[in-house]
Amino acid sequence: MAESIPSEAPAPADDHHGHEEPSFWSKYVFSTDHKMIAMQYLFTGMAMALIGGFMAYAFRMQLAFPGIDVPGFGIVTPANYNALVTNHGAIMIFWVAMPVLIAAFGNYLIPLMCGCDDMVFPKINRLSYQIFLLSAVVLLTSFFVEGGGFGGAWTAYPPLSAKAQYSLTPLGSTIWLAAVALEFVAFLLGGINFITTAMNSRAKGMKLYDIPIVVWMIVIASILFLVSVGPLIAGAIMLLFDQNLGTAFFDPARGGDPILWQHLFWFFGHPEVYVVLLPALGITAEIITVFSRKKLFGYRTVLHTTIATGVLSFTVWAHHQFIAGVDPRMAHVFTLTTLLISVPIAEMMFCYIATLYGGSIRLTTPMLWALAFIAEFLIGGVTGIFLGASGADVYFHDTYFVLAHFHYTFFPIAIIGTFAGLTFWFPKMFGRMMNERLGKIHFWGSIIPFNFIFIPLFVLGMGGQHRRIFDYSYFPELALPWMQDIRVLATSALLIMLSFQVVFFYNFIMSLRSGEKAGKNPWKSNTLDWTTESPPPHGNWKELPTVYRGPYEYSLPDREKDYWPQNEPN
Amino acid sequence: MIESLVPAGSSYAWEIDYLFTFMFVLVGFWFLACEGIFFWLIWKFRAKDGQRAQHVTGDEKHLKRWITIPHILVLVCDVFILGGAVKVWYDIKQYLPEPQQIVRVIGQQWTWTFVHPGPDGRLDTADDIYKVNELHLQKGVTYHYKLESVDVLHDFSVPVFRLKQDAIPGRVITGWFEPTLEGEFDIQCAEICGIGHGLMAARVFIESGDKHAAWMASETPLALAANVPLQRAGEE
Repeated sequence: MAESIPSEAPAPADDHHGHEEPSFWSKYVFSTDHKMIAMQYLFTGMAMALIGGFMAYAFRMQLAFPGIDVPGFGIVTPANYNALVTNHGAIMIFWVAMPVLIAAFGNYLIPLMCGCDDMVFPKINRLSYQIFLLSAVVLLTSFFVEGGGFGGAWTAYPPLSAKAQYSLTPLGSTIWLAAVALEFVAFLLGGINFITTAMNSRAKGMKLYDIPIVVWMIVIASILFLVSVGPLIAGAIMLLFDQNLGTAFFDPARGGDPILWQHLFWFFGHPEVYVVLLPALGITAEIITVFSRKKLFGYRTVLHTTIATGVLSFTVWAHHQFIAGVDPRMAHVFTLTTLLISVPIAEMMFCYIATLYGGSIRLTTPMLWALAFIAEFLIGGVTGIFLGASGADVYFHDTYFVLAHFHYTFFPIAIIGTFAGLTFWFPKMFGRMMNERLGKIHFWGSIIPFNFIFIPLFVLGMGGQHRRIFDYSYFPELALPWMQDIRVLATSALLIMLSFQVVFFYNFIMSLRSGEKAGKNPWKSNTLDWTTESPPPHGNWKELPTVYRGPYEYSLPDREKDYWPQNEPN
Repeated sequence: MIESLVPAGSSYAWEIDYLFTFMFVLVGFWFLACEGIFFWLIWKFRAKDGQRAQHVTGDEKHLKRWITIPHILVLVCDVFILGGAVKVWYDIKQYLPEPQQIVRVIGQQWTWTFVHPGPDGRLDTADDIYKVNELHLQKGVTYHYKLESVDVLHDFSVPVFRLKQDAIPGRVITGWFEPTLEGEFDIQCAEICGIGHGLMAARVFIESGDKHAAWMASETPLALAANVPLQRAGEE
């Protein structure tokens, strides 16, 4: 039903072009339309982001003012603290970055950018969202069971996660793990759709090198996910068995090995970083080309380095385990591969920066977010070298240096990348423009405090502050006044950043109601998504488009217009 | 750079500090170069009325050099960092010098137990000194640690030594350090180990030979001490 069939072909049974107005249930709840499913993922992800952000607020308040009765939460006990940091991490990665970047943007953009009327398997797509929603509900219930939510860190290392007598959260850890496993199933189903649709349902004339980079990135990310998640699903089931059926896969007292879990987890966990990074990089590529009116510098180089990064990302996992008790000689191999992966990523960054050369750069809100992604992600990238280098990691492992490092990768990915994409495609999604002035206030109000939260945490990490400690007063060298001042500074910056999100929601709602009408192509962009109505109707186009060129033909010297949409005949 | 925040208290601490500073300079150069060029381009090529962007594909030879040359330079920097990282890692984790003393370190929810050899200088004898959350070491002595865990994963972390090592139930992990700085410092558990993880704090006491001997004498039961020739502090 979603092949790139010419419009005169016989209509399939559940006709997209039918005239009957669908009921509320079939339009919003049981829809198979890729755009509606994208919206469902987007709004569920944003709701989960609010929960994850609230958790960060609660534990950062405890760190800055130990023992305080946190407004809106209450006293943060050690058990609360562990559950908060565990679920903040799990939610932000599995229930925010994944659904928004891969599922929402993937669902929205792949059919629109490839020029087809829907995903190849719309019902599998719907099932994917429903399982995802179920996983989110299951996760949220884990906070309210006896013993409280799981507090063994998002990495869930056994034996702590495997035995109730150690974790003291018998139900919480089982429900948490079940939720994670369900979430993986949802994204396996989604990933099948993304790959198949982009490979088989492209518009007539769209060759592989004519596919917009963001689609490529989401497809490669889906492949990475499909290949890496198998071991972890197996691991999750083994851990569920250890918890509930008395098996001993990870119990050393009965012949198991807790390190096995770490290998299964990080074999997935490291490619997972690239699974969420790639869509954000793709979104950035679309935006910087449009707002600098430039062809992407070295399209093929970017694509090939992405594939190289994807392949290499399967060989670096044990850099998370340098000091975990694995054979010390193994560290050399994983240091080598980890440093190697910096090469394609650096090259990709160079291409992005070079794209600005010779451009005509307009600093709109989406462009600000996209540029901020590059500027901030660079910090995350270069600080990762210290941790990938085994010798330095002996000191930095599990300190706030690690924490600051991955927030400089994940915040640009999950938050900056999302805002970039959302502000860029908002006109397409909802048919109206967002307010630029409010958009810029929100941008600066988020990006400046962000740096004030995490730059100081690098310093704390260098000072030896280790992670997941609810109160540092038990460690005389970490209870120094200057360290406490830094904690207060980071928390204050977080409060400012969180409060500026109100501006975004206000802007979002006001623009939905009364924003300026967007028209088909407000940014004068080339890709196919901008050739249909805003918002696109069910079925996307009355007649499916034909493609004549690549997606980034901006500012050709012999043409009057400085853009040349992919579907415009020569 | 690290030593300005945390004193260097072991024979290999300075290696990590130098490695960090070396990497900081290399990485810092690339970071500043990238960000500098990035912001300069944004400024230089800001939209101006009546001026169009250039059509550049990035496949032109004279432009592609701007990617390939930095690419090779990054690779060269990586080789230097790799060399440094492997050297430091080898010295700390792979190489094991002959020990002058052995201590046993046992992690359990949520305390550290340290077993020191008594006056006979050997572990697993009757005069072993068991201390909870207190590790007593003699400056300038090469120690092996035998790291164990009773229940879940813990991590024996001593910031002044620049040392971290996970403790795994069912295994005994051997490593080494040589304290070089007298004083009293933090020992952390750096692997989440349950609700008391934040309370799992211990202290290391690094003492001169005399003071260490005095401590040992004060901890040794009289009945055991009587059988062992022992030089007390201040007896010379």
